[in-house]
Amino acid sequence: MTDHRRAFIKKSVALSAYAIIAPGGLLASAESKATERSDSLSTNNLQQTLKRLFKDQDIIASDQIDIQLPKIAVNGAAVPITITSTLKNIESIAILIEKNPTPLAAKFELSPDLDPFVSTRLKITESSVVMVIVESSEGFYSAREKVIVTLGGC
Amino acid sequence: MSNIKIRTKRQDEKTQIRMLIAHPMEHGRNRDAKTHALIPAHFIQELTVKLNKTLIITAKTGAGIAKDPFFAFMLRGGNIGDKLTVSWLDNLGNKETQVHIIK
Repeated sequence: MTDHRRAFIKKSVALSAYAIIAPGGLLASAESKATERSDSLSTNNLQQTLKRLFKDQDIIASDQIDIQLPKIAVNGAAVPITITSTLKNIESIAILIEKNPTPLAAKFELSPDLDPFVSTRLKITESSVVMVIVESSEGFYSAREKVIVTLGGC
Repeated sequence: MSNIKIRTKRQDEKTQIRMLIAHPMEHGRNRDAKTHALIPAHFIQELTVKLNKTLIITAKTGAGIAKDPFFAFMLRGGNIGDKLTVSWLDNLGNKETQVHIIK
């Protein structure tokens, strides 16, 4: 009798523990899959845009590009951005927002009469990385800046 | 229709050009609050700036630019009396041009 009871308790404990773990496990895997999917999608988007814009050119990360962007944007509908650079012979400046459905926000082609300076306001749907690609006569340079958006700019 | 406001400021041999354009910049994924119908995309695709007769800026813009777009640029030089011509073209074929004289 006591044996039976022990066995029953053991089983029930094991079962309940399993019941607690199982849904958590399922949920977690579903979540990670979802983020995986959206990540790959957005990077695909960005990668595609980059490929379309710059073909297979090498883009070098550079610290000579300065992006002024708020760390936290309360309203994603209008996020001010100012880009300055000390690079020479600049031909164009492109602004890309990684998580936006259309990553490319704008591409400015500047004549040699202009300083490497552009300021504008962006629409950012969710917290994302803003990438700036500067094309100079020597090649392509990029800089990245993160922005946290509390209210998406749709 | 929309209009373009242009301001310039000369400082240390440079001229800052600022422009504000009234435009909805709809990207086509928003819905009308009342009818829930999709609002068609309507955004500026191309912006050009000319100094006198030479083209100095060409910008390809998308709906990632905020509503009522603002742009600022820094021009090396720029004299009193120089003529700036700003024009834009949107995806529906609308266009507008505004002339500004640097003071």
